[in-house]
Amino acid sequence: MSAPLAEPMEAVIGLEVHVQLKTRTKIFCACSAAYGAPPNTHVCPVCLGHPGVLPVLNREAVAFALRFGLAVGATIGERSVFARKNYFYPDLPKGYQISQYETPILAGGRVSFRSGEGTGSARLVRAHLEEDAGKSFHPEAGREAATLVDLNRSGVPLLEVVSEPDLRSADDAQAFLERIHQLVVYLDICDGNLEEGSLRCDANVSVRPRGETALYAKTEIKNLNSFRNVHRALLWEIRRQSQILEDGGALVQTTRLWDAGEGRTRVMRTKEDAEDYRYFPDPDLLPLAVDAAWVETERARLPELPWQVEDRFREDYGLGAGDAVILAATRAGAAFFETAARAAGDGKAAANWVLSEVLHRVKTSPAGWDGLRFTAEHLGRLVRAIDEERISGKMGKAVFAEMAETGGDPEAIIAARGLVQVDDPDELARVVEEALAAHPGPVGDYLGGKASAFQFLIGQVMRLTQGRANPRAARDAMEKALRARSAGPEAPEGGTES
Amino acid sequence: MSAIPSGAAAIAEAVRAGRRSAGEILEESLRSIDRNNKNLNAFLHVDSEGAHRQAAALDAREKNQALGPLAGVPVAVKDNIATAGVPTTAASRMLETYRPPYDATVIERLRDAGAVLVGKTNLDEFSMGSSTENSAFGPTRNPWHPERVPGGSSGGSAAAVAAGLVPLALGSDTGGSIRQPASFCGVYGLLPTYGRVSRYGLIAFASSLDQIGGFSRDLDGLGLLYAAIAGHDPRDSTSAPRPVEPVDPERPMTGRVGLAASLLDWPGVEPRVAAAVREAAEGLAAGGATVVNIELPEPSTGIAAYYVLATAEASSNLARYDGVRYGLRVAAEGLESMYRATRSAGFGAEVQRRILLGTYALSAGYHDAYYGRAQRVRRWIRGRMDRVFDSVDLVLLPTAPTTAFRLGEKTADPLAMYLADAFTVTANLAGIPALNVPAGTDAEGLPVGVQLLAPAWREDRLLSAAGVLDRGRTAPLAWPEGAR
Repeated sequence: MSAPLAEPMEAVIGLEVHVQLKTRTKIFCACSAAYGAPPNTHVCPVCLGHPGVLPVLNREAVAFALRFGLAVGATIGERSVFARKNYFYPDLPKGYQISQYETPILAGGRVSFRSGEGTGSARLVRAHLEEDAGKSFHPEAGREAATLVDLNRSGVPLLEVVSEPDLRSADDAQAFLERIHQLVVYLDICDGNLEEGSLRCDANVSVRPRGETALYAKTEIKNLNSFRNVHRALLWEIRRQSQILEDGGALVQTTRLWDAGEGRTRVMRTKEDAEDYRYFPDPDLLPLAVDAAWVETERARLPELPWQVEDRFREDYGLGAGDAVILAATRAGAAFFETAARAAGDGKAAANWVLSEVLHRVKTSPAGWDGLRFTAEHLGRLVRAIDEERISGKMGKAVFAEMAETGGDPEAIIAARGLVQVDDPDELARVVEEALAAHPGPVGDYLGGKASAFQFLIGQVMRLTQGRANPRAARDAMEKALRARSAGPEAPEGGTES
Repeated sequence: MSAIPSGAAAIAEAVRAGRRSAGEILEESLRSIDRNNKNLNAFLHVDSEGAHRQAAALDAREKNQALGPLAGVPVAVKDNIATAGVPTTAASRMLETYRPPYDATVIERLRDAGAVLVGKTNLDEFSMGSSTENSAFGPTRNPWHPERVPGGSSGGSAAAVAAGLVPLALGSDTGGSIRQPASFCGVYGLLPTYGRVSRYGLIAFASSLDQIGGFSRDLDGLGLLYAAIAGHDPRDSTSAPRPVEPVDPERPMTGRVGLAASLLDWPGVEPRVAAAVREAAEGLAAGGATVVNIELPEPSTGIAAYYVLATAEASSNLARYDGVRYGLRVAAEGLESMYRATRSAGFGAEVQRRILLGTYALSAGYHDAYYGRAQRVRRWIRGRMDRVFDSVDLVLLPTAPTTAFRLGEKTADPLAMYLADAFTVTANLAGIPALNVPAGTDAEGLPVGVQLLAPAWREDRLLSAAGVLDRGRTAPLAWPEGAR
């Protein structure tokens, strides 16, 4: 858990996360569910709510929900029921949203996460399938205050994931949401694009004096569409509620809207004018039956889950928990690291390269992992070359820089630039002799007892080989050559390499 | 030139054989609509252009091209079934100018069978009513008597068939809306099993009860119509993926028929109606059936559950008529006001009443007492009917307690109007098929009907039993004066 609030108050937070499922078609009709088309082009009589149309459930949406359920350890309902949530709004074509109410497809489950230096987890109440509404636009004045409606999104499938109020801080809430985001992208059931609204979050939050177990009146905060906004809104709301309680005031249950521009929440409605959605089972849809065979089919399609990847990275490559988490953050990144580690034959070294040089490039490239010019295989071979001391670490950086620029094979770059490390004793002996012959002064100093002259002479060997001399082999050759000149002193203990 | 045959089967046979053209059959139908519709108001819209196109396409066929079982048969369609580009109003101001962008599945199937769709028939607004008086476009009159209602809500279709304007018509039945007008107009009216005919394109009143069915003057025609529209449709999740049992009105009668005798003493059942049911029992027995007395659930129980469930679903189904995307919009300042103005102006009094009732029945605090309880009653009725059909193959009872009542007689008393459905809602609540069989006329010359119920998916039994009754008639079925 992250550090508790400094105040004597404790926050109690539960999240409702709307995960937009990346099915090809909408949940109840054959229209494309793709984002970004011109307004009202992905529509048909069904998602426009024309008289007489009927919904037909998209089984791909169900399959995606099942994968999520299996990943979080939820209980899968053999029989779940779609219900109508009735309310009027211009972007809701039928005057009701088809959702699941009393009998959702998934119940229970748990999601663990890292928050700050520690770990936390939250239980899930449920997750259910529903259809998205369209989008309303309120253009600026000058157009007779018209409201425009785009129904491309009407009927796009959502999985609403509801957590128990197990989260205790804004940090934890953000970490939980990030974990859900990571998971649904791993599962390949959501594109995870927050700017496009692929993951939307409502937060329920209340505060109470630390040590109490009763729940105080909560606030539901709507319209949280980024990790940062979840964090900011919760911090703001926790402070607001704490202040009221500390001042001896009483809280009332309200629904509030997060205003990111102003950085504050505003009252949307109070409990008294809460809507009555008049839920009832949708008679147009049969109860959704999921048999064991279907569940097993989806289980077989599960990828390795983020936390499984993290554990394996720690065990197989001896990585620290923090590094494992970073490397497992995305499937693409994890795969990149693993390929590199395998090619390198050294997980730790590969990890260091990925964590420093590679991640930096991924983060600054708009295309992310896809934007890299070089392959993980190439990186692995570079790491191996360094490990095997065919090139020095310093040379490695140069090779990497070129590889990252051109996408070339590191072996080819090493060969082309003549960077192969010189470790042949005969050749090094020749170079050492050349260096000693050119610098009789320092040789004399060294033989006269001035140990530091050794380092100078090694430097000359490096210069003559353009840095390609294997440092250890060069030292060996140098010591041997100097010993041959006299019974001079040993090389200084712990002498540094070039 | 020989006269145009009157039954659907004979028409299709003549057109297929090339003895008649679809064009002449259509002209005959359009002429009789033209002559009679002013008085009857059975049709809200005659699609003469579209019908001519279909007839011409049939007549222009290649020599060896086979025609469907309804080749050239003019069919009328209740105006709550979507027809692409052709007005589909549900008899509501709300949809007065609405033209659907798509065809209902049954419309596609009828066209595939070679039927010629001549127009759209009147109904109680959104199918809410039992007399067709709740139409925003004026009531339909009973072809047997101009001061009588044709029943409802599919009154326009029933009247059109009874008056001989078309041999076949589609209707929909939520609580009796095919069978009761069939009874009032003296024609066959079939409610298929829930899930047997696709509802895709049927403007919903109460989705768990609505079912499309049809009207015909004769059984052969009814069988053809049913065969054309029945069967699984992937666009309707509640339609059953199962084969359709073939119908055969010629099949002899051997099974057991349960006579709901105690219902004949139910208050409000006219003696002529009770007599017709007893005569039908005798007719079935004479045809080889064993008739036994059975008890059915008390009709008032079903009526209460029906009106709670139907209005609850309707309150949600009709929410889409909000003035935003299609249909009527009454401009007003602000969104809420626009909704209110549009829905107040667009919906008639009965529709508004049912939306309010249904909204109430689903409201927090009342949900379980009304909607929840009605669901439990429905399950109980289903169970009861299952047990009834453990011991009998068919059930015989009245279709409506009375013959056609007078225009205006019940409009001021919604509850009296609701009781017109007393014997019909059971089938909808149980999801089973039912058929009105014409059974002669009363002393005033008004048609009387009897109703047969069968277990789910056994429409074939209904049509076979009706065949037995038809063959046992002492006189051919009469038709209203002036009707062809």
